[in-house]
Amino acid sequence: MADEQKNSAPVPEGGGQQPEKKPEAVKEAAKPADKPVEKPKPPAAPAKPKKEAPPKRTFTLSSSPHIRDNESVSKVMNTVTLTLVPVLIASTYFFGFRSLVICLLGMASAMLTEGLLQKVFKAKITVGDGSAMLAGLLVSFNIPAGVPWWIPVLGSAFAIAIAKLPFGGLGWNPLNPALVGRAFLLASWPVHMTKDWLPAGWWKLSGYNFFSWNVNAADFGIDLSQSSSAASQLVSGLSKGNVPDAISYATPLEMSKMSLATISNTVSSPETSSIIFAAEAKLKYLQTLLGDAFFGNIGGCIGETSALLLILGGIVLIYKNYIDWRVPVGFIGVVGLGGWMLGIDPLFYIMSGGLILGAFYMATDMVTTPITKSGRLWFGIGCGLLTLMIRQIGGYPEGVCYSILLMNLVSPLIDKWTTPKKRFGHATAKGA
Amino acid sequence: MSKTFRGGTHPPEFKLTADKPGEKLPLPDVVYVPILQHIGAPSKPLVKKKDEVKTGQPITEAGGFVSVPSHSPITGVVKDVGNYVHPFGKNVQTITIERTGDDDWWEGIQEDTQWQNADPDTIRERVKNAGMAGMGGAAFPTHVKLSPPKDKPIDTVIINGAECEPYLTSDHRLMLEFPYDILAGAWLVAKTVGAKNIYVGIESNKPDAVQALKEVAAKEFPEIQVEMLPVKYPQGAEKQLIKALTGRETPPPPALPMDIGCVVQNVGSCKAIYEAVRFNKPLIERYVTVTGKGVNNPKNVVARIGTPFAELIEAAGGYADGAKKLLNGGPMMGAAQWTDLVPVIKGTSGILVLTDPDASIAEEQPCLVCGRCVSVCPMFLQPTHIARLSEFERFEDAEAEGALECIECGSCAFVCPSKRNLVQHIRFGKTSIMAAKRKAAQQKKGA
Repeated sequence: MADEQKNSAPVPEGGGQQPEKKPEAVKEAAKPADKPVEKPKPPAAPAKPKKEAPPKRTFTLSSSPHIRDNESVSKVMNTVTLTLVPVLIASTYFFGFRSLVICLLGMASAMLTEGLLQKVFKAKITVGDGSAMLAGLLVSFNIPAGVPWWIPVLGSAFAIAIAKLPFGGLGWNPLNPALVGRAFLLASWPVHMTKDWLPAGWWKLSGYNFFSWNVNAADFGIDLSQSSSAASQLVSGLSKGNVPDAISYATPLEMSKMSLATISNTVSSPETSSIIFAAEAKLKYLQTLLGDAFFGNIGGCIGETSALLLILGGIVLIYKNYIDWRVPVGFIGVVGLGGWMLGIDPLFYIMSGGLILGAFYMATDMVTTPITKSGRLWFGIGCGLLTLMIRQIGGYPEGVCYSILLMNLVSPLIDKWTTPKKRFGHATAKGA
Repeated sequence: MSKTFRGGTHPPEFKLTADKPGEKLPLPDVVYVPILQHIGAPSKPLVKKKDEVKTGQPITEAGGFVSVPSHSPITGVVKDVGNYVHPFGKNVQTITIERTGDDDWWEGIQEDTQWQNADPDTIRERVKNAGMAGMGGAAFPTHVKLSPPKDKPIDTVIINGAECEPYLTSDHRLMLEFPYDILAGAWLVAKTVGAKNIYVGIESNKPDAVQALKEVAAKEFPEIQVEMLPVKYPQGAEKQLIKALTGRETPPPPALPMDIGCVVQNVGSCKAIYEAVRFNKPLIERYVTVTGKGVNNPKNVVARIGTPFAELIEAAGGYADGAKKLLNGGPMMGAAQWTDLVPVIKGTSGILVLTDPDASIAEEQPCLVCGRCVSVCPMFLQPTHIARLSEFERFEDAEAEGALECIECGSCAFVCPSKRNLVQHIRFGKTSIMAAKRKAAQQKKGA
C-alpha cells in the first residue's frame, strides 16, 4: 500500500466547452491567449505516476502531506552505529585486535544472514537499512573478548534468523534481537560466555601482542574461590599504578557478588576473619576500579568497557531525539538507588556490567519499547528493578540482558496502560 | 510568546513570495465556476447556456443552509453547464463562462455608506448573498459560522493570520496590504455574533504583518488584540489556534468552536466579509500564492474565481524544469492535482508546484515505533496506531483510538522516519468509519 494513486483520473465528461489540449499540451504551449476550446480528450493518468516520467505531462498524485523531513530508517540506524564506533575503537585498544575481529564477524554474520534468508524466502532485501549491522554490532558488544570466532557469528545469525525475520523483520520483532542473540549464546555456550573474559590490556603481557589471536584464559586468572593468598595478592595490587593487569579474571560484578556473599555468610570468628578480610579487600579493590570502569580500562564484554564513551554516545542520541532519555534515566536511576540502599557504592554498581550499554543502547531500541513517554519511563524503571533482582537474588551475576528482554514482552501492555486518556478536547467535553 | 498549543512540528518555511505584492491578473477569457466550492450541499445553477451574465451576478443559489451561492467572476456568455475537472478530485457540475468584454458590474453591487450601522441579520444576509466560504482552505460557509444557535453564546472572535503552511504567503500579503479591511471585517463578525473579545493570531515569522495590524487596531479598533504566536505547525489549525489564544480546547467532533464560545475566521474571509457588507461585493476573486521550485517566478496574484490553474502558473513564469507535482493549497494539507485545467475556487489559497525530491513518493518502510508521530500530534493521538488499525481494516478499534478526531494536519507523516503515509491510512479509516455510520443510519431509518 505504497501511495494513494488515483489511477482512474477524473475525466471531464458532459458536453461542455472544454479545452481540447491535454494538460501537458497547455503547459507546453504556455500561451494563455491561444487557449483551446473544443471537445476534450483528457489524458488518462498513468498507472504509476511516480515511475519513469510518462510521455505526457501529468502530475504525481499522492495524499498529503507532500513534504517530509529528512529523517529515514537507515539514517537512524547508521547514526546509532556511528555513535558506537568510539566504543569499538576503545575496546579494540583495551582488548586487542581480536575484539575488533569479533565485532566485524558479528556484523558480517548478521547482514549475511538477513540477506541470504530474504533471498531464499524471496522477501525484499533490507540489508541496506543498517539495522542488521547494528544488531550484529550489539551482539558482539555483549560477548567477552576471549571467545572463539564462531561465537559472534552464531549469535548474530540467531538474532536475525530467529528473533527478527520470522516476525516480519524490522519493526515487527517483539524482542530485541541483539539481546536474544546474547541470551542464546549464554544458554548454549555458558562456559565461553562466562569464562572467556580477558582483562583490559592483556595483549601487553609477555607472550602476546596486539594482533594475538590465540589466548588462554587461564593465563589471566586468579581463582576467586581460593583463599586469602589470592586476597593478599589483591591487596598488594592496590597501590596505585601497580594494579596487576591480570586481575580481573572475573568481572567486577561477579567479584562483588561473591565478596558480599562471603561477608554475609561468614560468622565472625578468628578463623574466618582472614576470609572476611580478604573479601573486604576485594570490595575495596573493586571500588578503585571504578575510575577504570569509567574509562574502559576494565574487564568485561567488548562493548561494556568504557562507560564514558557509551554515555557520550547516548547523550548524542538523546540530543538527536533518536532515543528517549526516560529509559536510561529510569533504568540507571533505579539500579543506582537500589545499589545505594543495599550498601554498594551506587556509582560502581552503575558502571559495572552491561548496565550503561544496556540502558543507552538496548533498552532504548524503538521497536521493542513502549511508544508513550510515560510508558518509556516505566519501562526503564521495570528494567532497573528486574536487574537489581537478578543481580542480587538471581543465579546470574548480571541481569541487564534478561531484564530488558522481559520488559520487551510487557511493553505492549505498558503502552495500553499509559495511552493518554485525555486526548485533545476530551477534558472540555467531560467538563461541559 | 508563551501562547501556544502542545505538539506540532516545524517544517521548513520556504516563504518565497513574502515580499511580493499581490499582482492583479488580466481578466481570464474563460472561467469555470463549479457549483461546489465549499463544505456542504452543492449550490444550484441559475443560468443556462447562452445566458449573458455580468460581473458579480449570481449564477447559482445556495442548495441548503450549509451552502453558498456563486457569482459570475467576469462579464460574458454562459457557454456550458456541465461536468468539469475540480480541485477536490472528482468532476463537478461547472458553469463555463466566456468573456465578452471588460467588467460590467451587476447592478446589485452598491456601496452602503451606512455599513457600520448594519444590524446582525443584515450582515448575515449580505455575507450569505456574497457567496462567502472560508478562504483559509477548508471553505466552510461563513454565514453558518455567523449564525450560532441561541444556546451557544459566542464571546470570542479569532482572526486567523497564522498562515502556518509552508510556502503560502497570500494571507501575509493581505495583512500587509489591507489591514483596515481585515480588522473591519473582524469587527463586523464580532458585532454579528455579539462577541466581546477579538484576537488576531499571527505567527512571529510575519512581524511586519503584526506591526501593520497593530497600528490600524490602535487607531481604529482598540478592542482588537493582535497577538504574535510562535512559529509552529499547525498553528493555523482552528482548534490549535483557539487553544493558543484562549486556552480553550474544542471538544471532539461533532462539537464545533462555537460550542466553546469561539468563532474563527481567516484574514482573507474577514476582508471579504467587509467588502460584502460595505460594498455588497460578492466573492469573485482572491489572493493566490503561486509558488514552489516548480515555477520560474513565484508570486502572489489576485485571480478571479474560476481561472484555470494553468493561467496562474503562466503568470508566475511558467513551469520550471522538473515540475512534477501540482497542489491546490500548501504542502502539508493541500490536495495534489492531476491536471492544471482545474479552476481556482474560493478556498484556493495557493498553487504549489513541487519538483524532486519533494515530489517523489518515498517508499514506505515498517514503523519503528519511534514515537515521533505521537509527540507531534496536536490532537494527542497515536497516529501510527490508528494508521495500522485502519490498514488492517479494524475500523471500530481505530475509531476508539480517536481516528475521527484527526485533523489531517500531516505533522505525523512529515516527521515519520519510515515515510509511512500515516495521513492517508487514517483518512482511509475515517472515510470507512463515516461510510459505516451512514449505512447504519440508513438501515435504522429503513427499519
